[in-house]
Amino acid sequence: MNAALLIIFLFAAIALYLGIRATRGKEMNVNEFAVGNKGFGTLFVFLLIAGEVYTTFTFLGGSGWAYSHGSAAYYVPAYICLAYVLSYWIIPKIWRFAKQHNVISQPQYFMKSYNSKGLGVVVAFIGTIALIPYIVIQLKGLGIIVSEASYGAITPIMASTIGAVIVTVYVVISGIHGSAWTAVLKDIMILIVIIFLGIYIPHHYFGGIQPMFEAVQAAKPEALSLEAEGYSLAWFISTIVLNAFGFYLLPQSFSVILSAKSERALKKNAVTLPLYTILILFAFFIGFAAILQVPGLQGADGDLSLLRLVMQTFDPWVVGVVGGAGLLTALVPVSVMIMSGAIGLMTGFYKLIKPNSTDRQQLTVSKVFVILIILAAYLFTLKGGNALAILNIMSYGLITQLVPAIIFSFFHSKFMNKYGAMAGILTGVSIVLFNAVTSFKLVNIFPNIPSVLNDINMGFVAIIINIIIGITVSLATNSIVRKQSENEVLNEPVTN
Amino acid sequence: MRKYFQLLLVIPFIGMCVLLPWANRAEPYVFGLPFLLFWIVLWMLLSSLILLIVYKLDPENEGSEVE
Repeated sequence: MNAALLIIFLFAAIALYLGIRATRGKEMNVNEFAVGNKGFGTLFVFLLIAGEVYTTFTFLGGSGWAYSHGSAAYYVPAYICLAYVLSYWIIPKIWRFAKQHNVISQPQYFMKSYNSKGLGVVVAFIGTIALIPYIVIQLKGLGIIVSEASYGAITPIMASTIGAVIVTVYVVISGIHGSAWTAVLKDIMILIVIIFLGIYIPHHYFGGIQPMFEAVQAAKPEALSLEAEGYSLAWFISTIVLNAFGFYLLPQSFSVILSAKSERALKKNAVTLPLYTILILFAFFIGFAAILQVPGLQGADGDLSLLRLVMQTFDPWVVGVVGGAGLLTALVPVSVMIMSGAIGLMTGFYKLIKPNSTDRQQLTVSKVFVILIILAAYLFTLKGGNALAILNIMSYGLITQLVPAIIFSFFHSKFMNKYGAMAGILTGVSIVLFNAVTSFKLVNIFPNIPSVLNDINMGFVAIIINIIIGITVSLATNSIVRKQSENEVLNEPVTN
Repeated sequence: MRKYFQLLLVIPFIGMCVLLPWANRAEPYVFGLPFLLFWIVLWMLLSSLILLIVYKLDPENEGSEVE
C-alpha cells in the first residue's frame, strides 16, 4: 500500500466518523433528517451551498473544461455567480412559504403552492431524473480521483463502490446533519488543495500566471476567448442565464434553502458566495497549465488533466492529499443529493399513497429511497458513458423547466395555475429529453438559421415554449380551477 | 427610491451577459489574466459588492434577527 492510498483511506475514515457522529444528541424525525429541523445558521448553510459548487465537477470538470475547451469553462463561475445574485430575490420567498406551510421538499412546495398533488408527483419525478446524472457524475469523478491518486492500486469501480457505501451509511444514520459536518472538513481541504495547486503549478512550470497564459496563447490562441461557433457567445450567455435560474431548483440546493434558520442567513450568504466562487479560478489555472504540460488527453480524458499534472509534479503523499480532498468533494454533494431526492420521493409519492403514515414510517421509507437512489446511480456509474459536463448540462436543462412555475408561484396570478404549470413543465421536459437522446439542434428544423441562434442552449429554447404553453393552458383552464376551489370550500379543505 | 433597490440586482446580468461580446478577447492582460477571464472575475467581485449594497438597503435586514 503506498502513501497516497493510506492518506485517502484516512480521509474516508474521518468523513465516515464525522458523518455518523453528527446526529449525536438529536432525536431523528423526518424534519430533522431532511432539513435539520430548519435550524441551520449562516455558516452551515454557506458550507452546504458552497458544497454544491466545490464538487468533483470543480475539481475535474473545471480544470478539464479549461483544458479541452479553454474559455468556455468560464461559464461555471459565471452562472454560479448570477445564481447567487438571483437568489437574493428568489430564495427568501421560497423559504417563507416553506416555513408557513411546513414544506420539507421541492415536490411538496409545488404541491402546496399550486394545490395539486399531480404536480407534486411530476416534480418529484423530474427532480429524481435530474439528480441521478448528478450523482453519477460525482461517483464517477470519485472513482477517477481515487483510482488515479492511488496510482491504479484501486480500480475506479472499486473506489466508486467504497464511496457509495460510505455516503449511504452516513446519510441513513444522520440525514442532512451528516452532510453538514463532512462539508466543514471538505471545504477546508478543497480550498487548501486548489489554491496551493493553482499558485504553485503556474509558477513552477511557467514562472507566473501571466507567463503561463502567454504560453497558452502562443500555442493555442483560440483557448483564451470564446469561439465563433459551437461554444460561442450565444451558447455561453444562454447557458449561464439558464443555469443561474436552475441552480436553486436542483433538489439538493432546494433542500439547503429549507434547512436555513432564517431569511437573513440566506441573504448574508448571497452576499459572500460570489467571492468564494472566485476560487474556482485556481482550477482553471491548473487546466490551462495542463494544456502545455500534459498534452494529448482527448475528449472525456480531459477531466484527468488535473490529476495527471499533479502526479507528474509531486510526491505520492501530496497526490494522496489531493485524492482525499477529491473524495470529500464527491461525498458531500452526493449525500445532500440522495437525501433530498429521497425526501422528494417520500413526500411526492409515499405520502400520497399513505397520507396517514406516522413520522417513523415516513423516516423509514425515506431511508429506503436513499438506498434505491444510490443504487440506481451506482448502476449508471458502472455502465459508463459521457463526459462529466454534458451530463451536468442535461440535468440543468431538465430542472430549469420548473423555473416558470416557481416564479409564477410568487405572484398567484391568473397566468399560471396547476394545469398550466403541469402542461408547461411536461412540454419543456419532453423537449430537453428528446434533445438529449437525438442531440438535434435548431439548424435541423431551420436549415438557414444563423449560428448565433443555433448555439443557444436547448434548455433555453424549451423554457420559452414551456412558458408559452403554461400561460395559454392556464388562461384556458382558469374557470375549471375556480369551480374546483369553490367545491373544495364546500366539502373540506385539503390539508396536505 | 428604496422601494426599488432590488433592481440593482439586474446590473450583474448586464455585466456578465449584455457586455460580454465586448469583453470576449484575450488582450489586454489585466492582473496577469487574459481580458475575458479578468472580466468574469471583475463581475464576480462587483456582484458581491452590489449584493452587499442591496443587503444594506433592504429594510427587512434592519434591527435584530427575528426567527
